[in-house]
This record gives sequence, structure tokens and C-alpha cells, in this order.
Amino acid sequence: MRDLIIRVISRFMIPFIQVYGAYIVLYGHLSPGGGFAGGTVIASSIILYILAYGLLSEEKRIPEHFTRVVESAGALFYVFVGLLGVLLGTRFLGNSVAGFPLGIPGRLSSGGTIFLLTFAIGMKVASTMITLFSHLIDEEREEG
Amino acid sequence: MKNLLGFVTLVFIGLLLLLVIQEMPVFGDPTNPVHNEVSQRYIEQTVEETGVLNAVTAIITDYRGFDTLGEITVLLTAIAGLLAVLRS
Repeated sequence: MRDLIIRVISRFMIPFIQVYGAYIVLYGHLSPGGGFAGGTVIASSIILYILAYGLLSEEKRIPEHFTRVVESAGALFYVFVGLLGVLLGTRFLGNSVAGFPLGIPGRLSSGGTIFLLTFAIGMKVASTMITLFSHLIDEEREEG
Repeated sequence: MKNLLGFVTLVFIGLLLLLVIQEMPVFGDPTNPVHNEVSQRYIEQTVEETGVLNAVTAIITDYRGFDTLGEITVLLTAIAGLLAVLRS
């Protein structure tokens, strides 16, 4: 697996994959995409890094407790944004009913809470994919 | 005997499914029960009510945000189960 071609190619590819994933997450309310798709794209770049450089090198760059914190933070942030609607006097996950400014359709700032919720979903999905992959590959190495 | 019973059961279920398929609505027909006022409302009112252009994102995070919270809980539960089993 430690092939020179794979290492050099992935070194070029990973930044572009991550920028594309961030674009899909951040522009989820304007163009096709969203938190689930973008988070998976970001996680796939980390998975490519693990495949090319090995798990130990990845754990040095992204410590395990960091992905665990991001994972819980994504879910908690989603619930927090939902509770903001309750605190403002309306229903859970209320958007325009709770008085969040909707902005001009087509702008990056439009959509009220939808931008924040998409970001939270992206964080959660990316960290879940990374944790799943790194733990499953870790287990396989111990067996073999 | 057991194999014969299984075979007869499978043929029976298959014929039943084929009979049900005969009654299915035609794909893409505008008079299908799927094309009701719900999808009509999503298509027409999404930009006014949520301010986003992508109707799919509007449905996922605004109209059915509670469902997405459930999906996130599924991911969290999957990771919790994985860590509980694999990290010993």
C-alpha cells in the first residue's frame, strides 16, 4: 500500500478534495449538496491520506480525541440551534417563525438557521466517517 | 419435503407480488397519489418561507429538521456502539 505514486498523487489531490467538500457544505443551501454529501467528501480526503501514508501518520496530525470532540460538538450544535427557536418563543428548530433573518435568496448569508444546521451536519458526518474508518482499519491490523 | 414447502411458499409470494404490481400506478403519471399538495407547496413556497434556493436542503434542515436530528442520533449511536465494541 505504501506506493510512491499513490503518495505523490494523494499529496496533490487532498487539498482540492477538502476545498470541494467545504464548498459543498457551505453552499449547501444554494447549489446541490449539503451537510451529508460535503461531510462525506471531506472524510474521503482523510481516508485517502490514511490509505497513502498509514494510520500512525494520520493520528499524529488529527488526534483521536479531536475527532471525538468534533463529533459530539456537531450533534450538540444542531440541538443548540434547534433550542434557539424554543428560547425565542416558538417551536423547536423554528427558522423564520422564530424571527431569524432570511436574507436575500441566492446570497451566502440567506436562509436563517439552515446554514448553521448544514455546517453542524457536515462536521458530524465527516468525523463519523473518519472515526469509523480508522477504528475498523485499526482492528484489522491487530488481527493480521 | 422441507425444500418443496419452501419452493411452494416462494412461488406463492412471487405470484402475490406480481398481482400487486399490476395494481401499481403508472410511473410518472401526473394523477398519481404522490403528486399531492405537499410537493406542490414545497416547490412553490420554499424560497419565500426559508430563503434558500435548494429545495432539498430546505426540506432536510427546515421542514423536516426533526427527522435530520434523528439521523444525526443514528450516527452518534453507531459510533458509540463501535467504540464500545472495538475499544476494550
